[in-house]
Amino acid sequence: MKAFTYERVSSPAQAVAAVARNPGAKFIAGGTNLLDLMKLQIETPTHLVDINSLKLDGIEATPEGGLRIGALMRNTDLAADERIRRDYGVLSRALLAGASGQLRNRATTAGNLLQRTRCPYFYDTAHPCNKREPGSGCSALDGVSRQLGVVGVSEACIATNPSDMAVAMRALDATIETVDADGKTRAIPIAEFHRLPGDTPHVETVLDPGELITAVTLPPPVGGKQVYRKVRDRASYAFALVSVAAIVQPDGTGRVALGGVAHKPWRIEGADAELSRGAKAAAAALLADAKPTRDNAFKLPLVERTIATVLTEARA
Amino acid sequence: MKFDTPAGTSPIDQLKVIGRPTDRIDGKYKTTGTAPYAYERHDAVPNQAYGFVLGSAIAKGRIDAMHLSDARSAPGVLAIVTTLDTPRLGRGRMNAAYLFGGPVIQHYHQAIAVVVAETFEQARAAAHLIRVDYRQEPGKYDLEAEAPHAEPVASDSGEGSGAPHEARIGNFEEAFAAAPVKLDESYTTSDESHAMMEPHATIAAWNGDKLTLWTSNQMIAWGKGSIAKILGIPAENVRLDAPYVGGGFGGKLFIRADAVLAALGAKAAGRPVKLALTRPLIANNTTHRPATIQRIRIGANPDGTITAIAHESTSGNLADGKPETAVDQTRLLYAGANRLTALRLAHLDLPEGNAMRAPGEAPGLLALEIAMDEMAEKLGIDPVQFRIINDTQVDPEKPERRFSHRDLVGCLRHGAERFGWDRRQQQPGHVRDGRWLVGYGMAVGFRNNLLTKSAARVRLDGRGMVTVETDMTDIGTGSYTILAQTAAEMMGVPLEMVNVRLGDSAFPASAGSGGQWGANNSTAGVYAACVKLREAVAAKLGFNSAEAVFADNEVRSGNRSVPLAAAASGGELVAEDMIEYGDLAKKQQQSTFAGHFAEVGVDAATAEIRVRRMLAVCAAGRILNPKSARSQVIGAMTMGVGAALMEKLAVDTKRGFFVNHDLAGYEVPVHADIPHQDVVFLDEVDPMSSPMKAKGVAELGICGVGAAVANAVYNATGIRVRDYPLTLDKLIERLPEAV
Ligand SMILES: Cc1cc2nc3c(=O)[nH]c(=O)nc-3n(C[C@H](O)[C@H](O)[C@H](O)COP(=O)(O)OP(=O)(O)OC[C@H]3O[C@@H](n4cnc5c(N)ncnc54)[C@H](O)[C@@H]3O)c2cc1C
Ligand code: SF4
Repeated sequence: MKAFTYERVSSPAQAVAAVARNPGAKFIAGGTNLLDLMKLQIETPTHLVDINSLKLDGIEATPEGGLRIGALMRNTDLAADERIRRDYGVLSRALLAGASGQLRNRATTAGNLLQRTRCPYFYDTAHPCNKREPGSGCSALDGVSRQLGVVGVSEACIATNPSDMAVAMRALDATIETVDADGKTRAIPIAEFHRLPGDTPHVETVLDPGELITAVTLPPPVGGKQVYRKVRDRASYAFALVSVAAIVQPDGTGRVALGGVAHKPWRIEGADAELSRGAKAAAAALLADAKPTRDNAFKLPLVERTIATVLTEARA
Repeated sequence: MKFDTPAGTSPIDQLKVIGRPTDRIDGKYKTTGTAPYAYERHDAVPNQAYGFVLGSAIAKGRIDAMHLSDARSAPGVLAIVTTLDTPRLGRGRMNAAYLFGGPVIQHYHQAIAVVVAETFEQARAAAHLIRVDYRQEPGKYDLEAEAPHAEPVASDSGEGSGAPHEARIGNFEEAFAAAPVKLDESYTTSDESHAMMEPHATIAAWNGDKLTLWTSNQMIAWGKGSIAKILGIPAENVRLDAPYVGGGFGGKLFIRADAVLAALGAKAAGRPVKLALTRPLIANNTTHRPATIQRIRIGANPDGTITAIAHESTSGNLADGKPETAVDQTRLLYAGANRLTALRLAHLDLPEGNAMRAPGEAPGLLALEIAMDEMAEKLGIDPVQFRIINDTQVDPEKPERRFSHRDLVGCLRHGAERFGWDRRQQQPGHVRDGRWLVGYGMAVGFRNNLLTKSAARVRLDGRGMVTVETDMTDIGTGSYTILAQTAAEMMGVPLEMVNVRLGDSAFPASAGSGGQWGANNSTAGVYAACVKLREAVAAKLGFNSAEAVFADNEVRSGNRSVPLAAAASGGELVAEDMIEYGDLAKKQQQSTFAGHFAEVGVDAATAEIRVRRMLAVCAAGRILNPKSARSQVIGAMTMGVGAALMEKLAVDTKRGFFVNHDLAGYEVPVHADIPHQDVVFLDEVDPMSSPMKAKGVAELGICGVGAAVANAVYNATGIRVRDYPLTLDKLIERLPEAV
């Protein structure tokens, strides 16, 4: 960990101003991801702006009939919220499938969206990694890649986004609200929020430097059977090998998004259209351009089979 | 006390305290955070500075230069010791790689510097500022690729498991060729990390040329000798103290870089230094259980009797390392006239392979006990019955040597009944419970019982308190409690009147904690010291020691009774003795036995494997404390599930290191993986083992577990996986289509 300065702010305006004033500054929310990375000097902010007192930790109804989730709402509180459990079950289930109780008590909505990859080479500074050190190369390509991505990958990076929450939000068509130092606000559809690695895998989202997430909004409830299925070697406290978030309507139509396979929560609207034809068709559409490694080729049949079991559950 | 004839009756056999399911004495300290581990000995010595160990960023080669100026001028830095300004140090007991010194890099994350600073954060930040010029050399990191060049090498784990490079009885090849029913298969097991909760940690302080290490170590006397040898100082100038150890599993049997670099850092800084190894260093700087490639051939008659059995194992290690002794149990476990076992060692430049809980037997039984399951199926004989048919009461290599006590058959019969083995569907892939394919599996557990000398001192004070002092360690096993039970039984006092002090090299040298020898030998050492103390008490109080009865805080004979405390009214009575062993263990084979049973569910769609329930029935001599023994076995069973289903240090065969070097990447079972465990100990004693008539259980508990799980997966799915861990990717393509 490099030495850094620290300040606590109490309003979004103060927060963005503080980061704008200090090049090399970063927001800190729960700190469950950022602090680990700082200890390993993978993140080296020179200044931390603590946003935990921003009072953005609530949840409220939107005029459109949806919900607005504060950026600082803890994962535990969000998963337990009655409206989320009733109308957005896939989100509650995804949250509870992630990390551990202790971590979820700290982890925030915005922090979860921005958590970084779990590629093992990203975590070991002795080895090349384009995401950690642009242009240094990708050790995973000819290294150990069992956990890593199979679709939307590039020559530069095959890492995955490890979030469970984001996969459910992708299925729910959530929108991310932000504010920047000039006071300008944006509403970014989650489909456009995370980027594919391309040749700039170190740029993971469309956020501008210093842009603050203030909330995530969910559109009005879409109903249907909502399922989140996370597949992993051990029963708890492990990142997904593959996960499936699905919303299935009584007529068999619906939406499906994948976790554990790409640099972002993976949803292809064309695959939704195939859902009523079954898992094989949906998986084929989702994985059309898959480029697995030898280590992770098993994810392709696994995706199809997991969708199949999710559909069975949804239709039961 | 020399133990060279079978144990007769002693006060231990009263079983007033021994054999009772007693709560751990240290339990309340552990659960309230008041048991200080090595890194938390804040009060042990004032003015502690912090050390941070830097590991090599390459797996093989040399260091040409280290640039320290930025690190030296970083805030708070007190001293930096590098491998370039230190001549290559000696090696301690069982060290294959050098722990420090010189420009040569033998493996990834080998220690190359320690930075000492006022705070931990300063030490860590400064360590990141050290720039190193490496000259990398090509290395060998792929066991599969190197296995064909492996050499025959004999091995001894130093933990009770050993085998010559080749052992032959009868004519295996002929008998195998002639056998009507045959199996010839290969199995692999993976590199595993001890992943103990407490990292390797040490506080070191020098007082002149005297060194004290508050550390975390399983074997205090070994550690004392080793650190002296490594640093080139007299052993009498070293003191080790480790009253609490947060798990070791073999990873703390030997001195590691934490102790060496704390000592060097403290010398350089002129201050006490504390340091702990980080998780990545635990995987790549310390030791691990080496991966194996095992070939097993079994030939049998149609009635199930084995006529030929061969077990060959290849593993890798550094040049001075040893092979994993994965074939040892196969020399003793089943009958059969024609036998072959062989060990081969491939040279690898990965970190050092060494002992981990049940070295040898744990990976060996993973393979052997799948092979036995496969063979039973070929023969059309129930797997339990097949093992019973081939039970032996003598050492199959030396039939004149009997087992001292062997009730494997009892374990299997009792286990089968308790588990409901008769409900197992013989045909695999036929039981469905919702989304789960359900299967039953079983395997045999086997591990030798080791006898090793152990000393203790016992004091009686004027209040009637008994204090036990020995350098024995409690690595979470319950040593404090069983030693207190032993002294209480011997001296006729309740447990509250016994105080046990452990882990200090100033105390008499014990067996230490390793090779599941700790409980039997260290309690026998306390027994020996108590026998002496009883004599001293009797003499003091004017009793004939042979007739005196020690009970209820009193000493009695005839109609005279005197408070025990009276013996020490004129001053403390102190007795010290050591248990030593004759050749009983040579004359008869001492081993421990278990039947392991498991029920698993395999998700029909995703191939996720989840254990549903497990049972272990153990035959391991007298159980000194059924509660702590059960804890040992359920912990070992959990570790067995890890080996079966998830534990694997993933090797980067190009760069030469274990990639998943933290607890997020190296998965061990969590609570959700372990729903229901049942443990039974057969009621038995083994008078050949010691005056305690006890044997080890803590490694027995892991032996065979993984194979029981693997066999249950086969029974559930009809898919035979011979490569551990059994992760879903090895099943998914072979499962029936998901609907
Ligand atoms: C052992 C372990 C296991 C885990 N397992 C899982 C799992 O199974 N599934 C899963 O989904 N996750 C898992 N996680 C990750 C966990 O969900 C994330 O660490 C957590 O969600 C991050 O939230 P935080 O509030 O702590 O973020 P922080 O660590 O505080 O911040 C993360 C990043 O977001 C930025 N940031 C935070 N808030 C804002 C904001 N409002 N605007 C702009 N930028 C912001 C920070 O600058 C930082 O870069 C695991 C984590 C650990 C340590
Ligand atoms: S996959 Fe991405 S994160 Fe992993 S090593 Fe390659 S560039 Fe780095």
